Amino acid sequence: MVTEVKKWQWFYRLGSPRWFYEITGRWLPWLLCAASLLLASGLFWGLLVAPPDARQGNSFRIIYLHVPAAILALVGYYIMALAGAVGLIWRIKMSFMVMKSAAPIGAALTFIALFTGAVWGKPSWGTYWVWDARITSMLILLFLYLGVLALQRAFSSAEMAYRASAILALVGTINIPIIYKSVDWWHTLHQPATLKLTSASSIHIDMLQPLIVMICGFYVFYVVALCLFTRAEIIRREATSAWVRALVSNESSR
Amino acid sequence: MPELARTPSFLAYVRRDVLLAYRRLGDTVAPLIFFTMVCTLVPLGLSPDPQRLSEIAPGIMWIMALLATLLSIERIFAFDFEDGSLEQLLIAPQLIALPVLAKIVAHWLVTGLPLTLLSPLLAMTLSLPTSAYPAMLLSLAIGSAYLSAVGAVGASLTVSLGRGGLLLPLLVVPLYMPIMIFGTATVFYAVDGLHWSGPLAAMGAMLCAALALCPLAAAAALRVTSA
Repeated sequence: MVTEVKKWQWFYRLGSPRWFYEITGRWLPWLLCAASLLLASGLFWGLLVAPPDARQGNSFRIIYLHVPAAILALVGYYIMALAGAVGLIWRIKMSFMVMKSAAPIGAALTFIALFTGAVWGKPSWGTYWVWDARITSMLILLFLYLGVLALQRAFSSAEMAYRASAILALVGTINIPIIYKSVDWWHTLHQPATLKLTSASSIHIDMLQPLIVMICGFYVFYVVALCLFTRAEIIRREATSAWVRALVSNESSR
Repeated sequence: MPELARTPSFLAYVRRDVLLAYRRLGDTVAPLIFFTMVCTLVPLGLSPDPQRLSEIAPGIMWIMALLATLLSIERIFAFDFEDGSLEQLLIAPQLIALPVLAKIVAHWLVTGLPLTLLSPLLAMTLSLPTSAYPAMLLSLAIGSAYLSAVGAVGASLTVSLGRGGLLLPLLVVPLYMPIMIFGTATVFYAVDGLHWSGPLAAMGAMLCAALALCPLAAAAALRVTSA
């Protein structure tokens, strides 16, 4: 019985906001270092060292922001839904806090992906916006994020907001593959003239290497942002608890 | 030991909701009038030219049907929440998913089905080719049932937040986009004289999945939001 309890201790500790706050406080400086190192070297490599594209010249370099943002926007939705599911199933408040924090970050990343795509589209396609399958899917993803954000802010009870938005995030998760497939199919149905610039050629290794560095950098950056948002949420939610009060009084007396 | 035998049957729930909708005839008919009126805006706003109208008619019909459903989906739980019968449903010793499914069916019977039956009339005014009528009727019948099922999840999440909000459309419109794609495609295929059973089958599959999963999600959401 005792060993049984010990085996699950880490799991229950993970559910403690205080423990999460303390452990991420120790990890954050390292994560921040790793993120800035990866992003700085990836940007330097991608923007200055990598060769310009044969057809697009230098404008292709926006992929070093666009692709990582788009990947993390999608991954972020699943992280958000997974955290929500864990919260609903095991009733862990900590998990809901992670879910809530993932929503604004994901929405921002989706917006960055759409915005950089539009900026790239102007010189490459001659227009800021086309109803391309992937662009449309990303736009719908942004709507899904905005729905979760709006629902979170609609409730006066934080507990209710957590659970309701977790259910919505899960419903959205089931719908993402359906949306993606249907939009893809819709696009082939209404195939516009010729905008097949991206899929024609596979990316050259000299361009791919900095991209991989940037993707790794964005992953670490995402974790940093998620930790920071979650820590803020912990302080907000646990404001009345003894340890947060002690923390605040220590900070202010310093 | 709760007496499970006393709990009302599925059909009793459907009958109750349809009867309540009949008693509130004004509210029930409003989406249908909205559907008709907004379809009238199209020739006024775009062009009364039958050729142009017939080209866009399938899309127009579908968008308007979606908006009309959106207008009424809030009511699926709102009245029961206001008069307290939803709370009674939640504390009753039974699976809530079943009455929720009954509410979805009842909502389709009073909104989706009348919309579908009304659609040939509007399709005629928008000069949709007659050959596309069967496709349009079937796609609207299946599609509006899907709209009711998915809309019920959104309505259950927002039921305690008060009425007249714009939150519910914000939540469900992204989820409505796939069925809208297949629904309009079915009619467009029929207009072009192609086999339209493909997209219609996709819609049927989506409806089956929605009918299986949405009552569960909505029931879970009701437990959270109206507790």
